Amino acid sequence: MKIDKRDFIKKVLSGAISGSLFLVFPLDTTGIEFQNGISPSDANVKLPEEIPEIRARQYDIHKQNFAFIVDITRCIGCGSCCVADKREYNVPDGNYRTWVERYIKDFDDQVYVDCPNGGLDGYQKPRTDIPLNARDTFFVPKLCNMCREAPCVQVCPVGATFTSPDGFILMDSDRCVGCAYCIQACPYSARFLNPITKTAEKCTWCYHRVRKGLLPACVEVCPTGARKFGSLNDENSEVYKILKGPGVLTVLKQSMGTLPTLYYMGQRLEVV
Amino acid sequence: MNPALYEASQNLSHGASMLISNYVFPNDLHVHWSMMIVLYPYITGLVDGAFIIAALYYLFDVKSLKPIARFSLLFAFAFLCCATLPLLLHLGRPERNFNMLLTPSPSSAMAGFGYIYAVSMGVLSFIVLFVYRPDLVERGKKAKGFMKLIYRALTFDSNDLSEKALALDGKIIRFLVGLGIPVAAVLHGYVGFIFGGVKANPTWSTPLMPVIFLFSACVSGISAIIIAYIIIRKMGGYSVDSDCIRTCIKTLTGFFILAFSFEMLEVFSHSYLKTGYHHMVEGLLNGPLASSFWLWQVKICSVVPLILLGCMAFITLKDSIYTFIAGIVSCILLLQVFIMRWNVVIGGQLMSKSARGYTVFHPEWFDKEGIVAVIIIMLIPFMILFVLGKIFPFWAEERKGGIQ
Repeated sequence: MKIDKRDFIKKVLSGAISGSLFLVFPLDTTGIEFQNGISPSDANVKLPEEIPEIRARQYDIHKQNFAFIVDITRCIGCGSCCVADKREYNVPDGNYRTWVERYIKDFDDQVYVDCPNGGLDGYQKPRTDIPLNARDTFFVPKLCNMCREAPCVQVCPVGATFTSPDGFILMDSDRCVGCAYCIQACPYSARFLNPITKTAEKCTWCYHRVRKGLLPACVEVCPTGARKFGSLNDENSEVYKILKGPGVLTVLKQSMGTLPTLYYMGQRLEVV
Repeated sequence: MNPALYEASQNLSHGASMLISNYVFPNDLHVHWSMMIVLYPYITGLVDGAFIIAALYYLFDVKSLKPIARFSLLFAFAFLCCATLPLLLHLGRPERNFNMLLTPSPSSAMAGFGYIYAVSMGVLSFIVLFVYRPDLVERGKKAKGFMKLIYRALTFDSNDLSEKALALDGKIIRFLVGLGIPVAAVLHGYVGFIFGGVKANPTWSTPLMPVIFLFSACVSGISAIIIAYIIIRKMGGYSVDSDCIRTCIKTLTGFFILAFSFEMLEVFSHSYLKTGYHHMVEGLLNGPLASSFWLWQVKICSVVPLILLGCMAFITLKDSIYTFIAGIVSCILLLQVFIMRWNVVIGGQLMSKSARGYTVFHPEWFDKEGIVAVIIIMLIPFMILFVLGKIFPFWAEERKGGIQ
């Protein structure tokens, strides 16, 4: 095909201009069936429900009871959860709503912990900077503990951090003054000051997804089921069965009296 | 891992396995409360200490403090005017600062600051206006137009300088100063509680924190008054009242013994009780804070002044030598309190909540919370003091009559 320079520039320009119109006027996709039956404009309805009973009836915010369980014995340190979280919230580099720690314990009971880049890159190679005589090694995902007695909620001077009636600790970034008192108060260091918005930020267990019957992003992508989330009102949910069962569940820093609703299975003594 | 830190961690009998990896939670690498939060309790402390001097004269009739009583009030006022500046510079969204007053969360210790500050400011302003009412009345008589109106407002529309009126002023001042003592104690004790109420941080979480802050506040304020008094008097060619200096030093000695005892008691409690994270506190004081805590805060800036204060108490010294040593001791103690604030605020944050490691803090020069900003903020109260000095005479001999 022969095309001169002027025509080429004309075509590129007209293409760019007409293309940019789609940014202003969104494409009407009603009636168009996409693959998997998902239409972008109607995603809520078409995406399969992951938390039963959320969509079927009206969401009574006062009667919800959710739990998050992390099974340490299942985590393989792939970092998928961290990537999913970063993409879900566009988390600025160097700050973490969730992260995965690597623990190595040797025969002298020395514990080596690291978490390069919050585990975002996955633990693909063994540590070479320590004398390796590993007795045990495991990964520990960390996120907001959604405490029932949340210190962050208590200390926030303007009420920007609050406990929702359905038990989630949420942030109103439009109210936050960026004093960082909540960051100091969180015993789990689950909070950070967003360097762009200059307000405090933290994991919400993907509240916006849960309200639509979807699992938190990190739970959805976990390939081994190390992260589990569900409603305790649903007797068939995995978290209900685990919490009702005889298995040992622990919480982090119990002595702090924060009463977390994030539980750990297979928790080791070394984990803080 | 830092080799020195590694060695320090190895030397600990307990918790060696905790510290070995020097693991810091990913969100703990950054120190969120930096120099502005060091400065904030330092400034409120100066206010408190200066107010104590004024209270000793106006309420407790310590006559020897008469030469500096009024200056102390103005000094406290000038610094109180700037107490919110570090906080505003620290806030991520300073434009929303009024949210703290408009929609305060009653459960938060921090939410009370605006109210406590406003009450302190109100009480102190009224004290200054009543103490200086005769001066303001005189100025008001000479003023014209709008300024006359301002002076009328500042003198509560009363130009009565009769003995009866001045006696009433005296009573009002005593009442306001009496009210001001608990307010000042709350203002600064409360600042200590902001730290003491953070259970997640083992170095902060102690009921001793407000007490330590309160006594060290008195130390810094009285030291600052002594230095400012000596320097301003010498620069103006006036004599220094040695009786006044001696009373100040005696008061300072008492407060400093209390402050230092409580500071050491806190460290002793950690090491004796060996509670949850004592290995972290021990590692912090012997590792990253080894020089700023043990060398500077304890040895140079506490033990040395204690020896000097002891000499001043037990040895009869000539007035000029006494004044000279008083100036030196006060300088060291001002530094002591600043370093103490640094060690509490920044030192406390160096310890990761992972209980396994320490982060580092490098102060920057040109930052919103940098060294230059700190210097500027510390200069502003002196500028205010300079302007105030033009309206309100600092020293008693510059004025005749009225409440001294």
